[in-house]
Order: sequence, then C-alpha cells, then structure tokens
Amino acid sequence: MDKDILIEYLPLYKDALFLTMKIGWQGILLAFVIGLVGSAILYFKVRVVKNILGVYIEVFRNTPLLVQLFFIYFALPKVGVQISAEACGVLGLGLLGGAYMIETFRSGVEAIPIIQSESAASLGMSHFQILWHVILPQAISISVPGILANVIFLLKETSVFSTISLMDLMFTAKDLIGMYAKTIECLFLLVVFYLIMLLPISIIGAVVERRMRYGQFGD
Amino acid sequence: MSELLKVTHLHKEFGSNVVLKDINLSVKKGEVVVIIGPSGCGKSTFLRCLNGLEEIQGGVITVDGLPVEAGKRDITKLRQKIGMVFQSYELFPHKTVLENIILAPTKVQKRTREDAVKEALELLDKVGLVDKKDYYPRQLSGGQKQRVAIVRALLMHPEVILFDEVTAALDPEMVHEVLETMISLAKSGSTMLIVTHEMGFAKAVADRIIFFDKGDIVEETADVKEFFIQPKTERARKFLKTFAYE
Repeated sequence: MDKDILIEYLPLYKDALFLTMKIGWQGILLAFVIGLVGSAILYFKVRVVKNILGVYIEVFRNTPLLVQLFFIYFALPKVGVQISAEACGVLGLGLLGGAYMIETFRSGVEAIPIIQSESAASLGMSHFQILWHVILPQAISISVPGILANVIFLLKETSVFSTISLMDLMFTAKDLIGMYAKTIECLFLLVVFYLIMLLPISIIGAVVERRMRYGQFGD
Repeated sequence: MSELLKVTHLHKEFGSNVVLKDINLSVKKGEVVVIIGPSGCGKSTFLRCLNGLEEIQGGVITVDGLPVEAGKRDITKLRQKIGMVFQSYELFPHKTVLENIILAPTKVQKRTREDAVKEALELLDKVGLVDKKDYYPRQLSGGQKQRVAIVRALLMHPEVILFDEVTAALDPEMVHEVLETMISLAKSGSTMLIVTHEMGFAKAVADRIIFFDKGDIVEETADVKEFFIQPKTERARKFLKTFAYE
C-alpha cells in the first residue's frame, strides 16, 4: 500500500464523508419525525390515515433504497417534480427510515401496559398529554437499541447514493479506482472512513442509552 | 352534609355479559365507603366506571353537581374531581417521585412548579417519604410506591378518591403502612371509596359498608360493627366466613 497515495486522497474522502454525513443525518432526522408522527397516528388509531400509513410502511420496507431513489430521482421529473440530487437522497433515506422508525416506536409504545395510560387519565390528563409525558418517553427509551440499529443501518444505506451521482464515500472510492486504479488504497480508505463515521455512533449511542434508560432500568 | 357523589341506575356490560346492574349509590362529603365482595363481583369495575375508565351503558354519575350520562365520552372534567389509586401503583417509571407527583398539577391544572413542589413536599413529609423525592419508582418498596401514588392523587385536590385494592400486591408489613396513611386521610375528612379485602381495615375505617355480589349491591349498612358480627344477608354471611379460620 502506498502511503503517499493515501495522504493524497485523504482530502477527497474527507469531503465525501461530510457530504455523506450531511445527507445521512438530514435523512435520519426526517425519518425520526416521520416515526414520531406515524407512531402517534397509530397510537390514536386515526381512521383511514392509519391504513394509508400501513401501506406506506409495507411499500418502503419491502423495496430496496436503490429502487426508491431511482423512482424519486428519475421518475418524478417525468411527472414534473424536479428536485436536487441531495434532496432526493434526504427524501429517500427519510422515507425508508421513517417506515422502520414507526415500527420501532410502535414496539416501544405497545410494550407499555394500558394501565399506565389509565393512571395518567385518572389524573385528568388529556390524550395528547398522556402520549407526550407518559407513553412516548417510556416508549423511546425502550426503543433506544432499535433506534440506534436503524441509525447505523440508514447511514450505511447512504452508499447507494453514488447511483444518483452524489459524491458520497462510495462514489469517491469508485471514481478514484476508475481513474487511477489504486484499488487497495481506495478500498482501505473507504473502510476506514465508514468506521470513522459509524464507530462513534455506537459508542455515543451506548452512553445515550444508559442515560435515557436510567429512570426505568437503572445501570 | 351534602351529597357529593351520586350514582343512579348505573348499568355496565361487556357484550352480553352484564357486570353491573342498576347500581344506585350516593356518598356524602367526608364519608368513607368501603366496598367488599367476592372476586369478579364487579366492585373494581364499578370504581373504574366512576372515573370513566370503563364506558357505562346506562345511568348517570354525578360528582359535585357535574353529571355524566351513559354514552358521553368527554369525562376529563369528571376525572379531575375524582382521584384513583391502583393496585399496581402505576407510578411513571421514567420520572422521579417528585416529578410523578407534580406532573398532572402543573400540566393539567396549570399550577406553578414552585406551588406544586411546595405542596408535594408537605404531603410527602406527612407520609414519611420526603427524603425519597428524587428516587425513581424502581428504587422504592411496594408500600412506598403506593404511598407516593396516594400523594400523587391527593395533589390534584380531588373531591373523591377511589382506592382499588391498593394493598393487594403488598407484603403484610407494607400493607400496614399504606393502611395507616389511608386511615389518617379518612380522619382528615377526605371522601373515599375503598375496594378492599382487608376486613380489619374495612371495619376500622368505614362509615358505611357496601357488599357487592354478582354485579349488584346485596347489602348496604352504616352499622359497620354489626355487619361484621351479624350481616343481614346470607350471601354476606357466607363471604365473611371465608375470612375466618378456626
């Protein structure tokens, strides 16, 4: 492995990392919001919307992100909806992640006994207050391991962004290999940068998990 | 004394299974009513109907002049007048003792935090738990949790407090501390409806005994001592016999 090549490519990978993280985290944020809203809709059993949500979850969970991205990036412009490649990335990741997050939150919400809501109701709290102050905090802390798994999974899924010509890590590696054929160095850097992006999440995640779950589960 | 809680012709069924038939009851302010009866007789369901946790199929529940009829869904107003303590405590596990207690007063009644905290600490002090205010529920014993749950209900200043077998999940030693708390509440003039299997406690605290069986009030008497010695109905006599060992 050529050390000089590694150093030469480093700035390119750094830029790619920033782009990957930027789109990745925006997508994850969107997924989180969809997850919260969606699980609230399922919790309140909102008629019709609940069914539409079910269809959405099944469609997005059971098709690859690559297909979803192609659809957003190539098919939508045909019907007059034009959005940038970056926005496509965020939207695709957000919609895919949203489907997973709803299911993860739901498992948390359903883990909480109904009598918890009843005890909150007997204190005069409204449906929304019960959801916000009693159900969701407990549900989220139960779902922390699942949410973390989703976050890591979604950040890894960004590797298909290269197909809609976003210059993420994968794109950069493929591009450099194509141009200069320094395959070993390029792949080595690719692995290292994915680890740089993802390992801290596991570590920080473990800390967050311990803190969020302290009330309910102790150390 | 004025009538605080009035139940007329209450009817409750789960599908074709009628669990409460034509219940009539009125409770005066400051009165302590103890409801006893065999398992499955509908006494817990009756309490749950009173604060709207179960929908009723007929009748009217009036609390402090506020009537709720069958089929009505908006019962949040009613609930603020009625407190409830559950067998399984149902503290919120993600909140500390103090946060558990002040949640509803600050969010529902919009009281200031300082005001709620001040009163919470006073009440916690009365039940001997003020040093546990920053503990999480899982760090408390069952009896302590139940006393916190009682304080939590009290801080809403309910007109009536319902106690649904609140000592049934506790060790014998802890039963005592919770019952002590309830007896001092009764002495301070709270209006209470208590479902219990603790006959000694019922005898000590009740102004009136109501004996439920098969979804019906079988016997109702203000002569509490007499009821435990010589109940009027055969069914009550049989029931009380199951508590005696010779």
